This record gives sequence, structure tokens and C-alpha cells, in this order.
Amino acid sequence: MPKDGDIKSGIGASSKRREDVRFLTGNGNYTDDINIRGQAYVFFLRSDVAHGTLNSVDTSAASAMPGVVQIFTGADFEAVGGIPCGWEVTDKHGQPMQEPKHPVLAHGKVRHVGEPIAAVVADSLEQARDAAEAIEVDISELPAVINMKDAFKEGATKVHDDLTSNLCYDWGFVEENKGAVEEAFKNAHHVTTLDLVNNRLVANPMEPRVAIGDYARSDEQHTLYTTSQNPHVIRLLMGAFVLGIPEHKLRVVAPDVGGGFGTKIFHYQEEAFCTFAAKACNRPVKWTSSRSEAFMSDAHGRDHVTTIQLALDKDNNFTALRTDTLANMGAYLSTFASSVPTWLHGTLMAGNYKTPLIYVNVKAMFTNTVPVDAYRGAGRPEATYQIERVIDMAARELGADPVALRRQNYVTEFPYATPVAVEYDTGDYHSTMDKLEEIGDFSGFEARRKESEAKGKWRGLGINNYIEACGIAPSNLVGQLGARAGLYDAATVRVNATGSISVMVGAHSHGQGHETAFPQVVADMIGIDESQIDIVHGDTSKIPFGMGTYGSRSLAVCGSAMVRATEKIIAKAKKIAAHLLEASDTDIELKDGMFSVAGTDKSVAWGDVTLAAYVPHNYPLEDIEPGLEETAFYDPSNFTYPAGAYACEVEVDPDTGKVTIERFAAADDFGNVINPMIVSGQVHGGIAQGVGQALLEGCSYDQESGQLLTGSYMDYAMPRADDLPFYSVDHSCQTPCTHNPLGVKGCGEAGAIGSPPSVVNAVIDALHSGGKKVAHIDMPLTPDRVWNAINNA
Amino acid sequence: MYNFEFEKPSSIADAVAALGGDEAQALGGGQTLIPTLKQRLASRTTLISLSNIPEMQGICTGDDGALCIGGATTHGAVASGAGAYPGLAALAGHIGDPAVRNRGTIGGSLANNDPSACYPAAALASGATLVTNTREIASDDYFLGMFETALEEGEIITEVRFPIPEVSHYEKFVQPASRFALVGVMVAKFADGVRVAITGASEEGVFRWTEVEAALSANFSPDALDGLTLDADNMIGDLHGSKEYRAHLCGVIAKRAVVKAA
Repeated sequence: MPKDGDIKSGIGASSKRREDVRFLTGNGNYTDDINIRGQAYVFFLRSDVAHGTLNSVDTSAASAMPGVVQIFTGADFEAVGGIPCGWEVTDKHGQPMQEPKHPVLAHGKVRHVGEPIAAVVADSLEQARDAAEAIEVDISELPAVINMKDAFKEGATKVHDDLTSNLCYDWGFVEENKGAVEEAFKNAHHVTTLDLVNNRLVANPMEPRVAIGDYARSDEQHTLYTTSQNPHVIRLLMGAFVLGIPEHKLRVVAPDVGGGFGTKIFHYQEEAFCTFAAKACNRPVKWTSSRSEAFMSDAHGRDHVTTIQLALDKDNNFTALRTDTLANMGAYLSTFASSVPTWLHGTLMAGNYKTPLIYVNVKAMFTNTVPVDAYRGAGRPEATYQIERVIDMAARELGADPVALRRQNYVTEFPYATPVAVEYDTGDYHSTMDKLEEIGDFSGFEARRKESEAKGKWRGLGINNYIEACGIAPSNLVGQLGARAGLYDAATVRVNATGSISVMVGAHSHGQGHETAFPQVVADMIGIDESQIDIVHGDTSKIPFGMGTYGSRSLAVCGSAMVRATEKIIAKAKKIAAHLLEASDTDIELKDGMFSVAGTDKSVAWGDVTLAAYVPHNYPLEDIEPGLEETAFYDPSNFTYPAGAYACEVEVDPDTGKVTIERFAAADDFGNVINPMIVSGQVHGGIAQGVGQALLEGCSYDQESGQLLTGSYMDYAMPRADDLPFYSVDHSCQTPCTHNPLGVKGCGEAGAIGSPPSVVNAVIDALHSGGKKVAHIDMPLTPDRVWNAINNA
Repeated sequence: MYNFEFEKPSSIADAVAALGGDEAQALGGGQTLIPTLKQRLASRTTLISLSNIPEMQGICTGDDGALCIGGATTHGAVASGAGAYPGLAALAGHIGDPAVRNRGTIGGSLANNDPSACYPAAALASGATLVTNTREIASDDYFLGMFETALEEGEIITEVRFPIPEVSHYEKFVQPASRFALVGVMVAKFADGVRVAITGASEEGVFRWTEVEAALSANFSPDALDGLTLDADNMIGDLHGSKEYRAHLCGVIAKRAVVKAA
């Protein structure tokens, strides 16, 4: 399917992102842009202590304040369900994870700073806020459980009194391999051990979360407008598990969404609250998160503390790998929290390497912090970071070339069944590394290192590979692993009478450019102009039941559904064309929007066929129905496995510890590429977030009080344009996915997965070039941390 | 934000009178006060804007050659209009971002005396005089600690007079998140000696590093700083830098300031 040369339209063309016209001219329709006549506003009174017994919430004075419609507390939600977790993990003893109730509003106890205690609905936001200040809350503070190692100790204060401990689960993978892995370590020629932290992050989408509940008494119809990556998932979770609203009475709309990065996958209390309150108050109820609220209520990401060990034989072949991780769940289980450190992490621990024996242990801990869940990459960055740091460390200990050591251990034959339960369908890791060496100009590095030295700076080159599992997921497989949902997707292709097309998709675009890329596929299949095709997404009343956008799945799963539906359209259109051309449909060919009879000059245009479908005067009504609309659901048979090689070059200022990124190169294999420009953009953004994690971002709690120390941009450092260099990105190495019709793998998370290890590897390399034998520094590599490492070396 | 009354007087006299009211608060560019009010961390009955007082605006040269800057002059205006004192103009041009520089004022910054703000280092290193509605205060007497100054209740900085040094430079090493100064060093060389002021580093706010001033007055070169160190005990230690790191940075950044000033 890849095409060569200058592709102007269809698959492979860098079509300009059509949605950007409205985004860049202020014409986007974000949730906060929606205002419903008569709407009231909600302000959430949030806990300012990390852990405490909620003795009483007195709303009597507040209820009498001007403009107050109604005030809700935890007691009002006793009759409804808790916020559900979508994935049940089974521990190494075969027992289900401990799963605490997650109330809409705190009840009995508060368990993290920012947990909503009460909600004031009022005529204006300021009135709601005024009244919230008049609510009298009596909390007896309890010791905060912040540090995971402390949380795990015998006799530790419990976050949830009704659970046996703070341990959510103790997961072993693959448990049966544990003995063989231990044996391999005993027989190893060399073992490299690394303790590391995968730092806690706050996703920080540009648009904060918003929810508007609306209710029509006349037909008992609920509508929730929300900033979600997956409106159908929210409808299912909230309707079936929290509020008990049947699907046909609940519509969820996620209009333009300004970035998600995972944190807008999950079903949040505020959504359930606004839906519930709209009916209770008989008024639309709107909530717009402030940035401060976002820091303490959006699910955070990462937060793993790990020991990883790599065993090698005397020829530097990897013989075994084992890893022990403490994974922070926060105070409650967010929607996919339990799956991130397990199935999205453990199954990737083979990386790009043929290590025969692997054992992964993960202990998931409850703490008095904001819930932690998927953030761009979700589990796979954590796996990649461990593998690629420990390999780099091993190379240094053994005096081996880090590129050669990796190459020597690459998986080279496909399909490849890893010892961690997944099967890579295809890949070519040497070719991405070859490309990386070229675009990263490795041969010029030593000269650049000398130039830096002459300026008093230390230069380092760091490389890494990565592999990820995308296109989540085969439903029967993830069902066995504990997923409480199917993970197929769906598309409806509606061809209109004059030949234009609306495609209703389950995927949701919140920056990914679906409105541009998806039509390229359909246009290519039919041979009509992309402008004839529009994508409809983000409204459960308009789109088929698809599972939304996350895990780089949209094109691989929903795009495949769209292909299947379009194939059905083409098959039916050929029958219509055959009738019009008085030929057999097996003889009809479709090219460039024209149906023709093979071997003749008889043809009929796309638009004539579609018109016939809707004006069936001359039409085979005895054989086929009028109209031209088809739906397909697509459930993938495997994950997809994008992979690549990344290189980062840094300069370290030895006097200040300041790291600057001088060069960054990324060679990715995404399989077939539909829109190269959009793919490059996704990689650029992913690298920015990966560099953010490596150098700048770190969510920090006071270890005693549980107060969030990084609650604003004054203390939480986001990457900015001048923190980043120009990137060299390439995705010309393409081994198409073998099991989906487009041969695509997914590109949304790669940059964020692939970049942190190369940045850290580069800094460590730079310190060594300055004579400082520093083994490791935990992210973020702030000037303070790097200077301390230099000073203590 | 809580409700408040808003007044916008057009003379210093009217502003001073208005500030005599109960819980009245002067409002400069609002770059600190407005976010504080929006977060409901502060509440004031009346805000008295100083942005419409012509006699507090603009930049001129005084009879003694000093650069005189009206208290309500924005950072942006100083960046573009203080060419006579290039070190000061450059400092102003790197405060915050364009939005901050177009609203924030020199008087507001100096009255707030944030321990990581840039202007206090400039005022102290220049030996500036802060002119208020009632008196003139030497910068050496003005900065009393973090967010503390010699200003009395209701007193307004109407003008700041900067003696212009022969050479100067402000070097800022930024805190990665806020991009305020983690350590900022202003070096100003006058005919009668060198003054060095440091912001961002100390628990006590902006301060002069007198040992270095003496060394640089004798030998204005980065080597003059060799062997001179600051005690880490009084330094700020936080998420972004330990006390030891800040003490170390003071030396590094001071040297760089000297190199760039020379």
C-alpha cells in the first residue's frame, strides 16, 4: 500500500489538517463553549487534607446564601454506584485485586487533597463559590500515606479501612517462569542492577475538563456534554454502573476536545455529578475545571518505583530479565489504573530483544494521592525506560558499544512469541537503527563532542529502542486478562444521494487529525476527492458503539472498521453499477470513482450509482435494498507493534547542571502511513512530552502532609518550545502490520515512549565524558539533580 | 475573586487619599495581586489602580544623570525605553513573558519584593533611590526581607532613580517551572566601586554580596570571585534547588554576569 513519490491525495498524502481551520480561528466548539439556557453552575468543595475522617458536612448556612439552587454531599449519593474500575487484575495467587468503593462525593473519609466533599449548584459560579466557603466541614485528620514503600510496611495506616492493607494486588508475570528466571540469574556471567523511579506526571491537556449535565423531563432524556476521549465508554460506565440510566435515555457528547493524553479516557465523579444534579435540580448544570483543580483531580500518570536486573552470558547475550515495581494507584482505582502497570507494562518487558526468560512483579499500592492512570504510553514508557536504561548501564559496565549490544540481541525473526505472552507480528529493528545512525549523524558525534568541550560543556549521545503494543485490543484476549469491556471499534459509512459521504466513527479526535486522515482512506478506496468525505465523531446519538481513542488505536482498530464498512459499500455499489451497466457484478471494476465493465468501455460514475441507490427507479429492488449505508465492527486479532530507535544529544553545563538538548532523532516503524505530516506532528508532540518527563516534569507531594507541592505552573515545569531542538524524524522504515487491512500500527504514543531513555542515557554519557562516573539519575533531570550527581561523583 | 470597589485616580494626591480608605490596596500591573485575588487568597474592599497617573509614567534623565523611571512604568516600557542603562533595559526585557511585561510595573514589583523577582536586584545593585509620595528611600534601606520593604501603609513608589553604572549585567538562572530567578545576579560597576545584588537565592530576599563587591572593585574580572563562597544556611532550599545548590549558583552566575558586563 505505501506509495512512492509525491502523493497529492488519498493514502500517503500529507493533506493539511482541515480541522485546524476552526481551531486556529477560534471557531472550535469545545465543551466550555456550550451554554444551555437556564444553566446553573457547580463549584466543588474539595478536601484540603490528604487523609481524614469526615465527621460532618454542615450545609445549612450555605444553603441560604444568594443564588444557591441546591447543595449536595456524599450522603446524597449513597443510593448510586461508585465510580467503576474497568479492569480486574488477578494477583499471583489467583485472587482478585482489592477494589475499594470510589464515591461520587467523599463519604466517611477523605483520601486525597482535591477529593470533592460537597458540590454547590448556584445561579452563578461566584455564588456557588461563595456558598462553598460557608459550608462547615469537620475532618479529623489522619496520617497521610504518601510513600509507597511506607504504604507497604506492616502496620501502615490504611487508606481504605475495609481493605486488608494498602496493597491492591501483587502481580507476578509470568509466574510459571519465576524459577527458571532465578536459575538463569544464578548462572549469569554478568548481572546489571538498576534502581529507578518513573516519575509521577500530570497530563496537563491545554483544555481543562468540563462537564455539563442536561435533563429533559418531557422524555426523561439525559445529556452529558463532556471532555472525553470516548463518549460511548462514558455512557456505558456512568449509565450502567453509577447512575442506572439505560443507554437509550442517556446521550453523551464529547465535542471538540483540546488534548487528552489519556487523562480524558476515564469516567470522573464530576461527570456523574452533573448528570445526576441536572435531574435533581431540573436545570442544566455546568462545571469547568480550573487549572488548579485539574492538578488535584485529573488522573495523574506513571509513578513507578522499580528495581530491574539484566543477566548476560559471557558473549553479552541477554539471558534473563527481572523487575520489581511498586506502582502507585493513588487513593482510588481510576478506570484503567489496574491494567497500566500489569498488562500494558509487563507484556512489553521483552522490548526489542530476544531475552528468553523474563519475570515481572508489580505491587500496586493505594496512597493518599490523586488516582493514577494511563498517560500517553501507559505502561509501555515505564517498560521501555527500564529496559533501555538497564541495557545502557550494562553496556557501560561491560565496556560494550551500546548500539552493538542492542543489535546483537534484537529479535530478527517474525512472528516472534515473547516470553511475556505477546506475539510480535512483524518488525525490522536493524533497519530503524540503521536509519537512526544516518539521521542522527552518529559519525559526526565525536567532532561535536570536542566542540562542546572547547566551550566548557560536556556532550553526550544517548540512544534507545522501543516497542509498544497498540491497536488495543482483541476483545477475547483482554477479556481473559480482566478487561470489563470489549475493545473493538465501529464505523458507519453513510453515502449520500449525490455521492458525498459521512463516516460516523467510534474513535474520537482530540488533536490527532482524524477528520483529515480518515477521509484519505475512504477517498483512496473509492477514488473520489477527500473533500467529499466528512467524519462524524463524539456523540453517542450519532455514532455507532465504538470504544474511543487511546493507546494509538484509532486507525488500526476504528480505521479498520471503516475499511470494512467501505468494502461493504463498494460491494453493494458494484451490484448497483452492474445493474445499470447490464453486466455481472463480478465483472465490475472501481477505479478513480468510475465503475466499469472489465474489458469494455462501458462505465458509470460514482455519483450516478449513489443517486440510483436513493432514487431507485432503475434498480434491482428484488435483489438489494435501496440506500447506501453500511456499518462494520472490527475486533483486531492481535495488538500492533510499532517500534523504533531514538537518539538524543545533550550538552551539560558542569557548573550549573543544566542540560540542553542539542539534537534529537527518531526513526520509527509505524507500518503503513496514511498522512506523513500528521504522523510527524504526533511524533514531535510525543517527544516534547517525553523530554518533559525526562528533564522537567515531576509531580511532587509533601511526604508528611500529603499536600501537592506542584499544584500550579509555578512549580510544575512543562516543556516549552525553547526547551526543545529541531527534530529529525523519519518513518520510512515500514513493516506493515500483518493483521489489519490498512497495515497500520499507530503513532500517537511513540514519541512519549521512545524519548525519555535516550535523554537520560545522553546525560549519563555526557557526565562520563566529563569524567564523572555517574551510574544513574532519576527523572526529571533538573539542574539541581544533575549538579548534585556531578558533585557526588 | 471577591467583590471589591475599583478606583482609578489620575493624580498621586488622589491615589494617596483613596488609599487612606478602609482596606484599600494599591494596584500596579496586578501581575501578583490579581492572581492572588482570583484564587481568593486575599480580599480587599477597594483596589486603587495606579495605571492612570501621568506623573508616575515614563522614563527620563535627572539633573544628576540618574535614570528616573515612573513607578507605574511597565517592564515593557523600560525594556524599550531605558537605553541609557542597557543592563537595566535587558533585565526588564526578560521578566516573565510579553503579557507580564505589558502589564507589570516597576513600582509594583519593588513594592511586592518577591524574593525571586528581578527588579529588586537591579535597584539594590544600582544603589537606586526609591521615591515615594512622602520621602526618598535608599535601596540599601528599602529591602527588609522576603516580601518586606520599608514602605508604610498607603505609601506609593512614584519613581525610581537609577544611577547609571559604567558597565553592568544581570544574569538570570531560571527556575524551570516559573522561570523566575532561581538565582539572579546584577553586577554594576561605578567609578567609585562595584555593587553586586542577588535575587532568588536567600531566605532573606535580595541581598548584596559585599565580599565580591570588594574583590571586583579591586579587580573587575571573574577571577576575582575565585575562592569566595556564600554560606548555604541562609539560602532557600526547595523542590527546584537545594540550599547548597543555590549557594554554589550564586558564585557561578555572578562570574557570568561579570564576564558579560566587562
